[in-house]
Amino acid sequence: MLYTLLCYNKEDVVWSWSKEEDDAVMGRLNVVHEKLVKEGKLGPALRLLPTTTATTLRGQDLVIDGPFAETKEQLLGFYVIDVPNLDAALAVARELSAANPTSTYEIRPVALYVPEARPNAPKDRVKAY
Amino acid sequence: MRQRIGSKLIEMSQVIHDPGLIDSMLTASRPQAVSALLRYFRDMDTAEEAYQEACLRALRNWPQNGPPRDPVAWLIMVGRNAALDGTRRQSRTVALPPDELISDLADAEAPLVERLDESHYRDDVLRLLFICCHPELPATQQVALALRIVSGLSVSQIARAFLVSEAAMEQRITRAKSRIAKADVPFEAPGPVERGERLAAVATMIYLVFNEGYTAGVDPARASLCDEAIRLARLLLRLFPTEPEMMALTALMLLQQSRLAARFDSDGEAVLLEDQDRSLWNAKLISEGVALLDKAMRHNRPGPYQVQAAIAATHSRAGTFAETDWAGIDLLYAALERMQPSPVVTLNRAVATAKLHGPEAGLAMIAPLEKPLSGYFHFYGARAAFLQQLGRSAEARADFDRAIGLATTPAQAAHIRRHLDHLAAEE
Repeated sequence: MLYTLLCYNKEDVVWSWSKEEDDAVMGRLNVVHEKLVKEGKLGPALRLLPTTTATTLRGQDLVIDGPFAETKEQLLGFYVIDVPNLDAALAVARELSAANPTSTYEIRPVALYVPEARPNAPKDRVKAY
Repeated sequence: MRQRIGSKLIEMSQVIHDPGLIDSMLTASRPQAVSALLRYFRDMDTAEEAYQEACLRALRNWPQNGPPRDPVAWLIMVGRNAALDGTRRQSRTVALPPDELISDLADAEAPLVERLDESHYRDDVLRLLFICCHPELPATQQVALALRIVSGLSVSQIARAFLVSEAAMEQRITRAKSRIAKADVPFEAPGPVERGERLAAVATMIYLVFNEGYTAGVDPARASLCDEAIRLARLLLRLFPTEPEMMALTALMLLQQSRLAARFDSDGEAVLLEDQDRSLWNAKLISEGVALLDKAMRHNRPGPYQVQAAIAATHSRAGTFAETDWAGIDLLYAALERMQPSPVVTLNRAVATAKLHGPEAGLAMIAPLEKPLSGYFHFYGARAAFLQQLGRSAEARADFDRAIGLATTPAQAAHIRRHLDHLAAEE
């Protein structure tokens, strides 16, 4: 079974950590990451930039500065895409939105990308069910 | 089951026993809490005292009960009750319920949270910052006041940051406070135009805070002002997420701050951009800055912070100094000259122009600037460098000497002395 672990915290606190505090947390996390890599359990992992860098697309034309803020809808999935800038990312989001018009897409740049580390990670699409 | 919940609670309380965590939660909550209390009491001293009291109670309560879900709302409510309780006790009426009840919480918090929606916080925080930008206050007092009231730095911390005695800083802040106490503080919600004006004034003040730290060199007490400015900018950006110049100011500061580890050598001497070890640049801050600039430019509402952030981002994108896109930087400075004409901007542009078209072009561009910039270290430094490249050593030496006379930090003087040594070695 594949699982996604979503990490929540207060970003104003976390992004005010000094370099030493941040390094200390990342150091402790890296110990866990390395263990998971050895155990062949770790897929790609990401650290996101703060929500101040987020842009949200509703439908085709409504571009909102800031994160997705509704509480009546739930997180249902996410994509990682590799494009040169926000405009290109919005273009991809518009394509997805055209295919799935009732969903909203929050575009959030990635601060740190830890690639897939499972040696036998399937190259094809995987169904978890 | 009971056992498991018990051990979970112990785990949680261990987490909160970390005093650093409570500290950073209180620091992060301060601007919103103090500004809401100020709206309530309409008096800065009462608001500050109420907040202090709330913090003391938080330090007693949170380690035992766990931190509240919404620390800002908790601090506002407890601070307000503490201040009201004081007044009531004086007038011999019934005291409010003890805050253990409030800290226990969900129910007690909810109605308050509903009333304190984001839009209220927004204008509260902006008002608090704007009060510090009162036009009658000189820039240094604005910055000191904001650091004391909004950021909550201690007087001794601020005094160290400004290299003055604690008594002098205490006096400066008291004087600034009494001046704004006499001024009319606008408590009604601002209209869109007024809100824009306040934001612009506050942005300038935040950039002043940043520059105090940025020009300070390696002194950690002063350099921390950069972090403080970035924290305030991020806060404003969360409250006003659609302002491109606010995004760009934050981006500009992040991009400049990303070079911190490379800007000084082990002796604390300034390292010029061209000599910096770019592997020491902070990639996380760069990506955040570039992402914010990208967002800002989508609005097609150009402004000076966007142009300055774009210049900083152009440097960030260059893998080496030699790869710098000088044509792009020259164009950006030309745009900045149109938006904010100033001899200093033209001087900066001349450096880019000289990279593109040679030192003669740079010299020609700065020729009209000698009069307005006759007291400016960087003018003679830049002109001397152009002259040196053209082999006009005697004139270069004269300008380097003038620059040394105008240096405001030992690092600047040391830098020019190295150039003079070079000149001597060339001859």
